Amino acid sequence: MPFEFPIERGKVREFARAMQSDNQAYQVVDAVVPPTFLVSVAHWTPVGSRPDVGFDRKRLLHGEQEYIFHGPPPRCGQVLSAETRIADRYEKAGRRGGTMRFAVMVTEFRDEGGTLVAEQRMTVVETAVAPESEPT
Amino acid sequence: MSETDTGLNRNPEPRVFGPVSRADFVRYAGASGDFNPMHYDEPFATGAGFPSVFSQGMHQAALLATFATDWLGAENIRRFHVRFREQVWPDDVLTCSGTITQEERQADGLLVTADLTCARQTGAVAIVGSADFLIPE
Repeated sequence: MPFEFPIERGKVREFARAMQSDNQAYQVVDAVVPPTFLVSVAHWTPVGSRPDVGFDRKRLLHGEQEYIFHGPPPRCGQVLSAETRIADRYEKAGRRGGTMRFAVMVTEFRDEGGTLVAEQRMTVVETAVAPESEPT
Repeated sequence: MSETDTGLNRNPEPRVFGPVSRADFVRYAGASGDFNPMHYDEPFATGAGFPSVFSQGMHQAALLATFATDWLGAENIRRFHVRFREQVWPDDVLTCSGTITQEERQADGLLVTADLTCARQTGAVAIVGSADFLIPE
């Protein structure tokens, strides 16, 4: 189910501060969002609506993250519609035996007119062995 | 570093962040909505076998994004990809740098692809990234 994700100036400003940016593009009234800002969709994701990949949380790692913008990034004042799905799953042999499992979660962001404006692709990994048992 | 107004800067100065602190991780948690306790709850992290809390990978990605958009323009970004390699710990000093790997002239501007890295003071790479920017001409 798609859910609402308003782009708020205060949250963009807070995010810009967390990324130690003083770029004015993130400060003006109609600021664009920073490249990784859409991760904060977490604040709007309804509880239980995110698809569960079914991985063991103790072996879960964040492998990759990607943002695609179909034009300039969204701006403060826009109210986007977001929806997350599991787009891909695959497996690889672990370096020390066992199987590593991968899942790609895609969140699509649409503007008020329904046009796809941005995508977030998150790759999560279930390691073949628990991370704490690997040398650091 | 705003040479993009007058032309493409192919040799940006790396940007140094840090030493990063637990306060930075907490600020990022609040901004992003990622409240995994591994990044701010010391007993939780040490209980899981780690020497201390460590930075969110996406926190480093955000610092890399600061470097990249100061360099090539916040409004010009069209793609931003990161792969997480190594953990970042409190008091680490991070250096973000980038190089242009591809330029393609399009009807609405110059599409530039850049390779990005965020390295720790040890020289080890914490995250590698790549990004596309469409620079108006």
